[in-house]
Amino acid sequence: MKRFFYILPLAGFLLIGVYLAIGLGLDPQKLPNMLEGKPVPAFNLQALEGRDDRGFSNTDLLGEVSLVNIFGSWCVACRVEHPFLMKIKENGWVPIHGIDWRETDRKAGPAWLKRHGDPYTLAGDDPRSVAAISFGVTGAPETFVVDQKGIIRYKHVGPITEEVWQDTLRPLIEHLREQG
Amino acid sequence: MIAEIGHFALVLALMVACVQGVVPLLGAHRGHAPWMSFANQSALVQFVLVAISFGCLTHAYVTSDFSLVNVVQNSHSTKPMIYKISGVWGNHEGSMLLWVLILAIFGAAVAMFGKYLPPALKARALAIQALIAVGFYLFILLTSNPFQRMFPPAENGQDLNPLLQDPGLAIHPPMLYLGYVGFSMAFSFAIAALIEGRVDAAWARWVRPWTLTAWCFLTGGIALGSWWAYYELGWGGFWFWDPVENASFMPWLIGTALLHSCVVVEKRDTMKAWTIFLAILAFSFSLLGTFLVRSGVLTSVHAFATDPERGVFILVLLLIVVGGSFALYAWRAPQLKSTGLFQPISREGALLLNNLLMGTAAGVVLLGTLYPLFIDAVSDGEDKISVGAPFFNAVFIPLMTPMVAAMAIGPLLAWKRGDLLRALRTLWLGMALALAAGIATWVWQSGSSPWGIVGVGIGSWLAIGTLIEVAERIQLFRQPFRQSLRRLINLPRANWGMTLAHFGLALAVFGITGAGAWNVERVQSMRPGDSVVVAGYEFRFDGAEEKQGPNYLMTEGRFTVTKDGNPVTVLMPEKRIYTVRQMPTTEAGIHTLLSGDLYAVIGDANADGSYVTRIYFNPLVVWMWIGAMTMMAGGVMSLSDRRFRIGAPKRSSVPAGTQPAE
Amino acid sequence: MLRILLSALVFIMLASPALAVQPDEILDDPALEARAREVGKDLRCLVCQNQSIDDSDADLARDLRVLVRDRIVAGDSNQEVIDYVVSRYGDFVLLDPPFKLKTYALWFGPGVIILFGIFAVFMFFRRKRDDAKEDAKPEALSDAEKARLARLIDEDH
Repeated sequence: MKRFFYILPLAGFLLIGVYLAIGLGLDPQKLPNMLEGKPVPAFNLQALEGRDDRGFSNTDLLGEVSLVNIFGSWCVACRVEHPFLMKIKENGWVPIHGIDWRETDRKAGPAWLKRHGDPYTLAGDDPRSVAAISFGVTGAPETFVVDQKGIIRYKHVGPITEEVWQDTLRPLIEHLREQG
Repeated sequence: MIAEIGHFALVLALMVACVQGVVPLLGAHRGHAPWMSFANQSALVQFVLVAISFGCLTHAYVTSDFSLVNVVQNSHSTKPMIYKISGVWGNHEGSMLLWVLILAIFGAAVAMFGKYLPPALKARALAIQALIAVGFYLFILLTSNPFQRMFPPAENGQDLNPLLQDPGLAIHPPMLYLGYVGFSMAFSFAIAALIEGRVDAAWARWVRPWTLTAWCFLTGGIALGSWWAYYELGWGGFWFWDPVENASFMPWLIGTALLHSCVVVEKRDTMKAWTIFLAILAFSFSLLGTFLVRSGVLTSVHAFATDPERGVFILVLLLIVVGGSFALYAWRAPQLKSTGLFQPISREGALLLNNLLMGTAAGVVLLGTLYPLFIDAVSDGEDKISVGAPFFNAVFIPLMTPMVAAMAIGPLLAWKRGDLLRALRTLWLGMALALAAGIATWVWQSGSSPWGIVGVGIGSWLAIGTLIEVAERIQLFRQPFRQSLRRLINLPRANWGMTLAHFGLALAVFGITGAGAWNVERVQSMRPGDSVVVAGYEFRFDGAEEKQGPNYLMTEGRFTVTKDGNPVTVLMPEKRIYTVRQMPTTEAGIHTLLSGDLYAVIGDANADGSYVTRIYFNPLVVWMWIGAMTMMAGGVMSLSDRRFRIGAPKRSSVPAGTQPAE
Repeated sequence: MLRILLSALVFIMLASPALAVQPDEILDDPALEARAREVGKDLRCLVCQNQSIDDSDADLARDLRVLVRDRIVAGDSNQEVIDYVVSRYGDFVLLDPPFKLKTYALWFGPGVIILFGIFAVFMFFRRKRDDAKEDAKPEALSDAEKARLARLIDEDH
């Protein structure tokens, strides 16, 4: 009995140590995707200036597999992924729709797209994070893979790179297309 | 060149530490005096080398040497000189260098001022200190080298994070490190005692000054951090249970328990194994804190740039140091025999209660801090939760309230067997006044917060109880006043220390209660000439001006504050943008009164020329800082008591074995 | 980048009234505003650390504050608003950890710890008492001593 108390600190510490070690491999900031397997939330966004679509709403997402990309002119990492998004558009691999998030100036988003290229089939303006919050977005860029029935299948946080595309997104999109 | 000297000095320090970690241990084992005293010289040499290294890094910052990566990342030529210096430790690599510097300072201090320590214990303790240092030197040299050069040198630096460019925050890390790195010394002494297989009253007495010193600084460091948060962040809050705050608070809780536990070992020759455990635990929490801040396992606003490689290294260090010491403890601690006996209701019992509650508090804070990690790990990264202030407050306050209550009673109980009823009767005045204060608060605040009442009641109880204890000791009103006065002056300093520390906590309790329970806030848009009334004070907004600081642009607002038409003060809050990093900060305009702080913040300008302004009245805040300083003063008082710095206590009692069992 | 920027802005919370709420967000109805503050106190600002949305200057926090107020005005109860935000962001957004199976250890933990501590103290006193009783008991005689005693008694006769 007495021995038990003396061993306890060591045992307790080793237990904690195990979790600390596991913790080193995890990213505490990576939030789970609450909407995986759920339908795209309802939203209806106005069109961006200078584009010819009517805006962007959740009903537009039925019928084909697509990507929904959250971006903003203020977002540095979005700039980093942008050339790759353009590549996706040019090759027609999958339609990308954009949500322009939290612009303070109505002209900023369109100007940014004009300067760097516009990869979006449909795009909407979300100045007050109404759509973004309903998607559970915390930062930009974030990209959602949506299937033909309008169900969210995957969320990618951070810029989309060649690697991300090859390893994760493309296989998933192909799989969803086969199924649908 | 200077940077290379600094780098080289650090490598030399590592080599010295390696030898210091081995030779004195062998010397103590064999009773070989020269090998044991080698520790003294090598500790001093180590200190000199680390100081040189630190000096070289400081030189690089002061001269804005932008060929060093570390300087480029954290400094800028337009930064004021004081922040160039504090930038040395305002980053991961530099702060690690400060860490080992303080480790070396404590080692050197023991070497120099520990003449009264038995040679074997001293040698072993310094050896352990050196072994810890070896781990950290390797960490710095292998993963976090501040002396790394870059080629070609940069034109200018990236400036220090604006939040750190502040006097309070400049001195916060050194104080904090003197605190929780200082607990390394108690740790080393504990390990040395375990190796020797013996802990006696003398050991407790020798360890005390080092523990007290560390505790004092840690108290100051934590208070400084809170104070900074309060005036800098613009909301009047001062503690938010952030993981890294918790990481400094847990050693403080255990350190306080250790201080009290040492008293029992010293006076009554009991609770030895437990005290050794606390000494190991305090520093273990410090190491855990170091891990949490720098590994990226829990992100926090305080976290430095994180790197998995560093995380692994510190974890291994943690496993060796903490795991090793707990293993040694499991093996050797059962041999520590205690002889003192005491009743649960006694002075020792009260100190044991302190330990129980402090230990539980530390355990609870650890639980809350690590729980998100636990959930994250168990769910393999799928599930994340947060543990925020609601949890910590809900658990911590019910724990601390009985402890504060017991603090008034404990000093009045006798050793071995105390008379609780008698103690309570002595405190009747305290009870009455605390009750009165509580009722008065209830009436005055008209039912806004139950915690307000509890806080005032408990604080009064402790404050008056502490004074009553002094009155008892000097036999106030029972002897001629002059006699009492003489007794007061001749009270041992350690008693003064205890009284001041306990009283200081009572003051802090008042401060925390006021700031937490009764703060008032008004948010609005104001034009020049507009006024608001907050807590009876009228704040008139006089307008805002754009100005230029050394490395920032600011909007400076001006508020004239009056009460009943009489001028009180002018507040000048600022909103700054630091040009290099493009980061904004707010500097609140604060006027401190004993009854509370008048606090004004200027926000953004609106399109119509008005400004968003936030006005607060934060009651009793200053008493938190006064309380903390009083606690530190108590610690210093105790330190200055010569009895506790020299020699072993006189054992006048009969050997324990022949005492009748009780 | 924005994340770094935002997470470098430090905010506090100690059960104090909402502190970053802007004047134009405050609802006209004080009862509803008070409810909004209560809800806000429990929701974590997702791009800062350990601060509530009421205590944070971050844009996302502001948007969440507005959302909370919109929903309260639209008639949701406090719990319904919280549930909605949790459905988007998970339990991570709750500063007051939920009381679910996975957090039982957290909420019961403090009780367990202090009970364990009390148990340990109890064992400590009991062991001391037993040790003391043992010390007070006269030691049993060994066989050799018994033989010697017998001889001495015999010698006496």
